[in-house]
Amino acid sequence: MLSAVTFYLLSATAVFSAMMVVLAKNPVRAVLFLILVFFSAAGLFILLGAEFLAMILIIVYVGAVAVLFLFVVMMLDIDFAQLKEGFIDNAPLGGLVALALAGILATTGLGWVSADNASSALQAPTPGDMTNVAALGAVLYDRYVFFFQIAGLVLLVAMIGTIVLTLRHRDGARRQDMHAQVTRKRTDCVEIVDIKSGEGIG
Amino acid sequence: MYDFVTQWGPLWGLLASVGQILSFMIALLVSLAFLLLMDRKVWAAVQIRKGPNTVGAFGLLQSFADFIKFMLKEIIVPAGADRPLFLLAPLLTLIFAFITWAVIPVSPGWVISDINVGILYIFAISSLGVYGIIIGGWASNSKYPFLGALRSAAQMVSYEVSIGLVLVTILLMVGSMNLSEVVNAQAGGFWNWHILSFDMLPVPVFLLTFPMFAIFFVSALAETNRPPFDLPEAESELVAGYQVEYSSTPYLLFMIGEYLNIVLMCALVTVLFFGGWNAPFDFAPFIWAPPLFWFSLKTIFFFFMFAMVKALTPRYRYDQLMRLGWKIFLPTSLAAAAIMGGVMVHANAG
Repeated sequence: MLSAVTFYLLSATAVFSAMMVVLAKNPVRAVLFLILVFFSAAGLFILLGAEFLAMILIIVYVGAVAVLFLFVVMMLDIDFAQLKEGFIDNAPLGGLVALALAGILATTGLGWVSADNASSALQAPTPGDMTNVAALGAVLYDRYVFFFQIAGLVLLVAMIGTIVLTLRHRDGARRQDMHAQVTRKRTDCVEIVDIKSGEGIG
Repeated sequence: MYDFVTQWGPLWGLLASVGQILSFMIALLVSLAFLLLMDRKVWAAVQIRKGPNTVGAFGLLQSFADFIKFMLKEIIVPAGADRPLFLLAPLLTLIFAFITWAVIPVSPGWVISDINVGILYIFAISSLGVYGIIIGGWASNSKYPFLGALRSAAQMVSYEVSIGLVLVTILLMVGSMNLSEVVNAQAGGFWNWHILSFDMLPVPVFLLTFPMFAIFFVSALAETNRPPFDLPEAESELVAGYQVEYSSTPYLLFMIGEYLNIVLMCALVTVLFFGGWNAPFDFAPFIWAPPLFWFSLKTIFFFFMFAMVKALTPRYRYDQLMRLGWKIFLPTSLAAAAIMGGVMVHANAG
């Protein structure tokens, strides 16, 4: 009973905030609604007994990705009137895309056939007395270890690519050299001069 | 904890859980009132002042007087501020600060929710703490709060990474993400605590865990915006950072949230490195004291350390802060996590 109430509450929140992501006039609020969607999805994962996935969803999407979204959206100077311009002109095209997506969803949903052991797998998602994390680890690092490594390699290449694309050394920019700063001695930079009055330093 | 749901049926079990949560929250808030006073007293003592000494004996009731004053003042929302978000931000900070405590085991079996992914849960919720600050800074519709919020967010996101890796090191050691099991793994005297881990000898694991403790402590200072990393509130540059436009109760909520997070970090240091509720010696008279006493004593000690750091250190410059986080702490903790994996494979194979 309690889990059914929680399920409907979380699902309703997820659907409502997903709609508000599109409908919200203020982009910052749209991002905040997106975060609420992630949150409700994490709650649904917990209801399914997948607490590891739920936590990772919050850590990666809410804690890192959405923060960057929020940063970018807050820094932008957005003209709300300009955003709404051309809404009527583009409405038919948008409607067509929406209709196509709805059609795809409907055909997949109607033709959906559950596997024979789906309901029993739902009862006990992890084998035996293994915890969630151990079960996922056994699959990732045991059976699919090469795919896992390749996925990591792809991410590494993407990371290095981003650094190479954005790294540039400007000439003439003063850069901080921590080592030089720390190893600098008093004698290197301070000179005590005895100045005679009326003569100054020659 | 005693499983009320199976014993009393769902409704009464739910009520009992709510009762537990409420009493834990009240206990936390009351201890927070005195910890706040302790923070100010320590700070004052270092500067050879008396600190709060007027309300109650030795100023013991100062925090309560402050509380009443905050509650009775008018809430001012700046013109042009995003009103719902402006008021949501302090609430978020307070809620996230409170719900993290749900998985902290204060005594054997005394934990609101003894979940299997406790460490991940703490990491997840502490990564959310940044939202209260960003939203508060943005919704104020003012320049100083916004700049403070940006600084704060960048700082918290940076230091979260090294905190996460330190947590990974510990969970590799224990082989479980359940915090009660983390504490149980350190039972039997102070030489078994993770900071020393003499039970792992001849492998000198303390060479790994001691630097990890130092990194965790410093990252915790940065994560909670405490001096020397209080750049978001650097008053000489940014007035009071994201809190500038806040007054009365919303400010109080920010303040309570911030201090709850600090005490949480002290409790985490206790649980992860200093044996949690375990007594330093596994014989009488040390085991006569209740486990809650040892847990509180250690947590209060680390709170004292936080207060001393605040009193003793000058503020870091922003680029130094970023350099420390990304170029020193991140590689060190990453290496430590990798080495710890190797050590555990060696220990399990031998």
